[in-house]
Amino acid sequence: MSPSRRKWIARGATALAGASGVAVAARLADKYGLIPPDGVGVWGPGETLTYAAQRLLGANALAREFTRDQITKPPRANGRPPQDEEFKRLEASGFTDWRLAISGMVDRPATFSIAELKSFPQRGQITHLACEEGWSYIAEWAGVPLSHVLNLVGMQPRARFVVYYSFQTRWWDSLDMADALHPQTILALGMNGAEIPVAHGGPLRLRVPRHLGYKSLKYVTRMVVTDTVKNLGKGLGGATPERGYAWYAGI
Amino acid sequence: MAVPAATQGSQESPRHSAVIRVTHWITALCFIALVVTGAEIVISHPRFYWGEAGHVHMPALFQLPIPASRGSVPTGYSFVLKDQNGWSRSLHFQSAWFVVFAGIAYAVSVLRRGYFRRHLLPESGTLSPANLGRVAMNHLRLRRPPPEEAWSYNPLQRLAYLGVVLFLFPLMIWTGLAMSPGFTAAFPFTAEVFGGQQSARTIHFFATLALLGFFFTHIAMVILAGFRSRMRSMIAGNPSKERSS
Repeated sequence: MSPSRRKWIARGATALAGASGVAVAARLADKYGLIPPDGVGVWGPGETLTYAAQRLLGANALAREFTRDQITKPPRANGRPPQDEEFKRLEASGFTDWRLAISGMVDRPATFSIAELKSFPQRGQITHLACEEGWSYIAEWAGVPLSHVLNLVGMQPRARFVVYYSFQTRWWDSLDMADALHPQTILALGMNGAEIPVAHGGPLRLRVPRHLGYKSLKYVTRMVVTDTVKNLGKGLGGATPERGYAWYAGI
Repeated sequence: MAVPAATQGSQESPRHSAVIRVTHWITALCFIALVVTGAEIVISHPRFYWGEAGHVHMPALFQLPIPASRGSVPTGYSFVLKDQNGWSRSLHFQSAWFVVFAGIAYAVSVLRRGYFRRHLLPESGTLSPANLGRVAMNHLRLRRPPPEEAWSYNPLQRLAYLGVVLFLFPLMIWTGLAMSPGFTAAFPFTAEVFGGQQSARTIHFFATLALLGFFFTHIAMVILAGFRSRMRSMIAGNPSKERSS
């Protein structure tokens, strides 16, 4: 066999091994939940690599926390609060009629008032909120760890995602279990030592500090625990992915 | 017999190995994608800060005199550009992944073949100010380099390539990761060494300007040295047809 022929056979074998390696990696990634709901299409490889890499490098890592003197003054409120009559009525009555409903793959579907959520164990944390645009601020948030509420309703073992909806019905999103059960993922009721202002998502904002700001949905009213997000909307796991933004916003 | 320093241990064929050619063009394509998408992302907030945090109600370190793609940024322009952040971010990170893979393949190949020592580390004695000054003056006078430089890099070229490969590209990746809330959760020091996430963003911007400076100088030098011969080397492997394998 001529040397150049041997070289080409070796190159072919390497290419084949590489291709089957990618195929095996893709199957393993799927099995271990390392492919995000929007890990399809042109940007699928990049989204999957980022999500899988960050899950493998530290699914339990804690977001950086800061000291009180590092809190940014003033914080930046983004977007406009709901303008409709129903929200204004709820706000006028001090949000006593606000409810968070949790259903789906749970043993005891339930609804919680703001007062009930305040009676649960609270966690305070000073974290960084970065917008995908590039600006950011540091603030203190206080609230109930989402994991506490998920334990109360009895999440079933098959569950893989927690889908959450805003009072502004055009906004919804979802978290995998690593983020939903993460100790810093809190249903925030307070901000910088006071009740969380309406401009910042009051009375209830889901704070997910390991993600960019758009994952920290404001005015949360409803959650659905599920094993797939394929049947919701366009199947990409949230309203932001449907607008062209990554479902996994840890980068 | 005196052999010109630039040709010692060179004239090997091919001039550029297949790994170097492929990773060069992957990196070139990704660099263009990264610059274009990076510009699109910056347009959504053309203000820069130092430290951990910064937003429109805080003083900026500096602001680019360009219009923005978000109405919330005061720019002085009466119009708002179209928001391109979604696909820009996805293409930015996907290109960054490809650059990382190309960089790993390049590093492994260059170190394994002794190429790094032979072709990238400046040869001893070539780094004297007089010698560097002479090469620089030849460049500034737009003088065509001697033919043996088709087979080996001159000392100034080696310093520029080392700066890009060992400093600017790693700095870009590092400062990029320092902006990721998920990555800094696992590795807090990536952001802390720069004094915060906003500092990392600002350094990321200036490192881009440095890389753009390299990019345009590189293209100018390729044209000066002989566009056809240099392109043939980086595509087919050798500067002239006779030497192509």
